Amino acid sequence: MRIRKWNKLGRINMFNRDNWKEIFETIEKNKLRTFLSGFTVALGILIFVVLYGFGNGLINTFNEFFEDDATNTFFVFPGRTSMPYKGYKSNRQIEFDNSDLADIEESFPLFLEYVSPRVDRSGMVKYKNESNNYTTRGVSESYQFAEKTIIMQGRYLNQEDIKEKAKYAVIGRLVEQDLFKSESALGKYIDITGSAFKVIGVFQDDAGDDEERRIYIPYTTRQLIEKNTDKINQIVIGFKPEIGYTGAMAFERQLGNFIREKKYIDPNDQRGFFIRNVADQLKQNQQFAGVLQIIVAFVAFGTIIAGIIGISNIMVFVVKERTKEIGIRKALGATPKAVISTILLESVFITTVSGVVGMIIGVAMLSSLGETLKDYFITNPFINMGTAIFATIVLILFGGLAGYIPARRAARIKPIVALRDE
Amino acid sequence: MIEIKDLHKSYKMGSNSLHVLKGINFKVEAGELVAIMGSSGSGKSTLLNILGMLDELDEGTYTLDGVPIKNLSETKAAQYRNKFLGFIFQSFNLINYKSAAENVALPLYYQKVPRKERQEKALQYLDKVGLKPWASHHPSELSGGQKQRVAIARAMAAEPKVLLADEPTGALDSKTSYEVMDLIQKINDEGNTILVVTHEEDIAHMCKRIVHLKDGVIVEDKKVEQVRADQYV
Repeated sequence: MRIRKWNKLGRINMFNRDNWKEIFETIEKNKLRTFLSGFTVALGILIFVVLYGFGNGLINTFNEFFEDDATNTFFVFPGRTSMPYKGYKSNRQIEFDNSDLADIEESFPLFLEYVSPRVDRSGMVKYKNESNNYTTRGVSESYQFAEKTIIMQGRYLNQEDIKEKAKYAVIGRLVEQDLFKSESALGKYIDITGSAFKVIGVFQDDAGDDEERRIYIPYTTRQLIEKNTDKINQIVIGFKPEIGYTGAMAFERQLGNFIREKKYIDPNDQRGFFIRNVADQLKQNQQFAGVLQIIVAFVAFGTIIAGIIGISNIMVFVVKERTKEIGIRKALGATPKAVISTILLESVFITTVSGVVGMIIGVAMLSSLGETLKDYFITNPFINMGTAIFATIVLILFGGLAGYIPARRAARIKPIVALRDE
Repeated sequence: MIEIKDLHKSYKMGSNSLHVLKGINFKVEAGELVAIMGSSGSGKSTLLNILGMLDELDEGTYTLDGVPIKNLSETKAAQYRNKFLGFIFQSFNLINYKSAAENVALPLYYQKVPRKERQEKALQYLDKVGLKPWASHHPSELSGGQKQRVAIARAMAAEPKVLLADEPTGALDSKTSYEVMDLIQKINDEGNTILVVTHEEDIAHMCKRIVHLKDGVIVEDKKVEQVRADQYV
């Protein structure tokens, strides 16, 4: 009997070139159908990749706000009291002076890494015929850590400069470019609002142009110029990173109490001075970005589901449309397994190819965006390949499943019923 | 070649049961050309579907080329159909996105015949029905008679034991019908066993034997003098 020679299962072998040819013929001759299902899948993956990448871009933006400055920093600003306290009237201007620096340094050795004043003045700076308006910032040597200032040439201010009230200036990269053109500024003298300062260093800063148009001078020199005052505008405090977030919050509380006591400010007065806690802000922003990422991931996940539903609908339609063809094939000797595997391989093939295409377009789109969407808070959007590939595989799997269910139903239809289908 | 004993078939229509075939006894020898006649509802198409393993019988036995056909799995039925039977339908049932040659080659694909051999065979059978120049044409570019000839070529390509034709001329004008019958007669002349379901007297008389079905039983089974179709072509 010749029948015995038949392959026992009658299954379509996935690695048989002939079967793929049969599938390619079907795909090629049903271009619209192929295009529609492929387009759904490609679009689903594309939107997923892009959305997910935007989420990452958002996080990048948040992180960037902070990465150019140290995050273990407090900024203390003076204010005006809003309550009378211990015989002092309300609406009194609080001022900081040099003794506050020393007292803070003395009182918090456990928390403190450094403390620096900050006295900002804006004014005309001249070199030969070139002049421009710049912010000149009077600081101590440790301020370099707070701004993460990077020295390009020369050096930063040091303790000696502060003590000697030296007329030294460390200028930003763009200040050098503006005033000195192609010349090197190092060792030259510049005129800052009427006083000559020697340039001892040139710096750059990741935060951008504004920061690189600044000039740092010893705060003691600034005080000397201003009639030998001991007043300072702001106090910048760096705490030890190892005290962690909880330690920073405790330090902030204790520092607040200390200043209230020293400056005679009512414990309930919120306006006498302000502390900007960078660590706390960073944490809050990271939480915010995290929530955004979850929302974006949720939307992206929804897109994948929509893609799966789309491909399922198309597969149901495809099988319905092909009912008669399946009947003919069965009458000609197609086994149920042959019917299922042909439809399944076709759908998996289309999903795989278009899924990968959608993924590649999405990834390419993200990497071409770079910083162009920075105005919309999206910086360098990206998706890691693992996530992208995982999403594609999920869609392929469900696309296959979506093809399998109607294909199985089609294979079960009696050929006589299928042949009657018009 | 075909032997049927005491065949019964009924269809459930809601709560009613419609008894379509009520005890058919029927035998076909190799090389016969048999017309199955009857008015609509006589059960002739049902009988053909059971013979073609497209439908299952309720009672009785069916033996095809010595093989009992009973309780076949879908897979087995598909394999038997592929090896034993060739179908010719009233509505041709060609796959319209495939060319004539690809349609003819399709049963060979399910026989796992290598591609090259498949294409050669398809052309050979298209040549046999006089359509070799049309091999690359799609069904939509063919006339009704040409489509039916492609279908006949497809039915023969797998070299089946029996050809089953369900109203093969039902959708064709009389001139084209005679051309198709001429082709069927010639195939039968080569020794192939063919069963033709029809309700047209003249088509039936182009066969060698006429089986009359009425209300699910055979009322008449006679040999006839074959009218050759080529005299009308």
